[in-house]
Amino acid sequence: MRAKRKRRLIIVIGLVALVAVAVGLTLYALRANINLFFTPSQIAAGEAPHGRTMRIGGVVKKDSVDRNSDSLEVTFVVTDFAKDVEVRYDDILPDLFREGQGVVVIGQLDEDGEFIAQQVLAKHDETYMPPEVAEALKATGNLPDGSVPSS
Amino acid sequence: MLIRIFPELGHFALILAFAMAVLQAVVPLWGAATRRPLWMAFAQPMAWGQFTFLILSYLSLTASFALDDFSVAYVANNSNSLLPWYYKLSAVWGSHEGSVLLWVLILSGWSFAVSVFSRHLPRDMLARVLGVMGWISSGFLLFILLTSNPFERLLPDVPADGADLNPLLQDFGLIVHPPMLYMGYVGFSVVFAFAMAALLGGRLDSAWTRWARPWTNVAWAFLTVGIALGSWWAYYELGWGGWWFWDPVENASLLPWLAGTALIHSLAVTEKRGTFKNWTVLLAIFTFSLSLLGTFLVRSGVLTSVHAFANDPSRGTFILVLLGVTVGLSLAIFALRAPKVQSLAGFGWLSRDSLLLINNILLVVMTVTVLLGTIYPLLLDGLGLGKISVGPPYFNALFVPLTALLCLFMGLGPLARWKRMPGRELARRLAVSAIVAVVTAAVLPLFYGGSFSLGVTLGWLLALWLVLSLVRDVFDKTRHGRSDKARKGRTRLAGFRKLTLAYWGMVLGHLGLAVTIVGVAMVSHYNVERNVRLAPGGSVDVGGYQFAMTGLRERRGPNYTADTATIEVTRPGRSSFTMQPEKRFYVASGMPLSDVALRPGLFGDLYVALGEKLDNGDWSLRIQLKPFVRWLWLGALMMAAGGILAVIDRRYRRAPRRSAALQTHEPMPSRLVPPSPTEVTS
Repeated sequence: MRAKRKRRLIIVIGLVALVAVAVGLTLYALRANINLFFTPSQIAAGEAPHGRTMRIGGVVKKDSVDRNSDSLEVTFVVTDFAKDVEVRYDDILPDLFREGQGVVVIGQLDEDGEFIAQQVLAKHDETYMPPEVAEALKATGNLPDGSVPSS
Repeated sequence: MLIRIFPELGHFALILAFAMAVLQAVVPLWGAATRRPLWMAFAQPMAWGQFTFLILSYLSLTASFALDDFSVAYVANNSNSLLPWYYKLSAVWGSHEGSVLLWVLILSGWSFAVSVFSRHLPRDMLARVLGVMGWISSGFLLFILLTSNPFERLLPDVPADGADLNPLLQDFGLIVHPPMLYMGYVGFSVVFAFAMAALLGGRLDSAWTRWARPWTNVAWAFLTVGIALGSWWAYYELGWGGWWFWDPVENASLLPWLAGTALIHSLAVTEKRGTFKNWTVLLAIFTFSLSLLGTFLVRSGVLTSVHAFANDPSRGTFILVLLGVTVGLSLAIFALRAPKVQSLAGFGWLSRDSLLLINNILLVVMTVTVLLGTIYPLLLDGLGLGKISVGPPYFNALFVPLTALLCLFMGLGPLARWKRMPGRELARRLAVSAIVAVVTAAVLPLFYGGSFSLGVTLGWLLALWLVLSLVRDVFDKTRHGRSDKARKGRTRLAGFRKLTLAYWGMVLGHLGLAVTIVGVAMVSHYNVERNVRLAPGGSVDVGGYQFAMTGLRERRGPNYTADTATIEVTRPGRSSFTMQPEKRFYVASGMPLSDVALRPGLFGDLYVALGEKLDNGDWSLRIQLKPFVRWLWLGALMMAAGGILAVIDRRYRRAPRRSAALQTHEPMPSRLVPPSPTEVTS
């Protein structure tokens, strides 16, 4: 009986240790890989950290898309109609990327306040506005009437 | 006109189906509780009637699509008169309302199948199983009728034409991926219903697991194929060559798969050894709950993803309530009815039992990590603590080491015996496999890639370890029973014949995982990707191939216009071929879409996608070499085939007669004797 109880104790301790390690690793990995979301106004206010991967969202400003003529490099301005952020991207833009449309950009802020994009997301639906973007625009009072948030 | 009333017929059939579902939910369970045979017998006709009316309802919606009845809002939003007929038919599940209808149709199909193939079950067991499925069905039918009626009319202002199906969905993938996935998701309701029925009936012995196992395997196989199809579809449709994004919606399908994988293994232990009983029931509950959670995540619109189309808050709330009720009720029943721990058979530290326990723990840990990464952002957002997203590095950092551990034990599992396995014998039998796997895996990247790569080595190591240990096992198993050394060849053949289909199913399933792992390792590390700017006449070298754009023309499709590029691909010493990537513009929706050109091969794909038209007539192009990418899906198909192979094992076909004999004495005794040796080896 004692041997059995001892064995059970070892099993329980082993399980608890395993779970603890798993939870610890998970939280560590989670903390290291969370991407926060910022609006152009928040970035202008200096709330966003430099050199960390994050997501920003807003509308692509009209006439702001500027392409390099012999590479794929492109710059454009993401705005929430209060403040702007310049974005630099060296990849192929998604099909639905267009001036005047909502986008979410994943990347990092460099020292000069320019946003170096790793990925640009434009929703595969014309009427769609990413929820974060809709909220950001609502905060500045610039949500266009016609666009229904994320429908 | 008949055409005009199809939607009303469909709606009416839906309501009738709901009424039958409610009866199916209430009467048989009541009958089972009060032991009234007539009431219990109510379950089957109700299941059949429900299935019939749901088919009618579904066909009515399909007819509305086929006949371009744009007075139906759902048709008007998701179809167009120019849409090819096969997309019209699959557009039925192209958006929220129709896909929930498909969900319920499939659920009633599973109920129907259970009522047909399980007539040998004890009467009260069958009544309870169908009753539980009736509850699920009632919930979802109510959901459709209250929040997502696909038959809603747009009267009197009928649009002249439809808004068209989302171009991304106008693809073969739409025809096959959702039905397969739903078959899997919903199929787990059967094992859930069996577990609940066993709890309600107070018969938590091994019998229910034997009845539930084939159903679980089939559902799991469907889910496996569904996920693989989704990955394959995303790979060629989204135009950037990714095959798994750790997108919340993908995770939503992976969660029940992981839990389901744990479940099919723990069902095996419960059936063979009579242990893990409570655990198996819990897993059955969790697997189906995760299926529901997946449905909630996808259908509620809380996620930003290609899959999130509906966003009526009442829908999300409804499914969330449904999920809460299911989990809460089933756990409550579990807490009340689960037998006190009374495992009869113990097992040693090293045994198949203990290895399967480890398998279950690891799979559950994997499920929890994916679950955490998926819902953590939603929870934070819901609590107003800010908007975050969890990136793929999180999932990779946890998933890769856990998979490695899982594979380590997976190599041992099939060779270990139930109850007790001497460590020395296990080590002796696997030493050669281990050494060969380590050496080959270390050397292989040098030959293929020219340089050492830890990821590739790890991938091959795990895959070879799995394959070689299985080879060893087959070798050992076919050698047994050698009585006459002179007839060695023939006895080995006899040994092969002695192995059961269930065993071969296991072998095939495990080999499938090895193949998938090789695919993941190779394509993740040897993927070559270049985004270039090209004009007609220009060319570029990528990974030993030369891609030259020789032409660019415009083309008209049925409901789109397209720019088609002709790319000539040459490689020194090989014949050249052309690839034709396209950029389409869908007229009705005004949406652009790039149609990828693929040159598939068993050892690698060439992948060319047109990006965008640049200012001076140049095009941006995405060119990728994808080594071994097909192995991902090939492996998944092998896993699914393994699951099916195990189901058609003779054991399950023999089962009816055996349990028919048992049906006369009720209640069934739980297994008190340890399984016989013949059962252990099978």
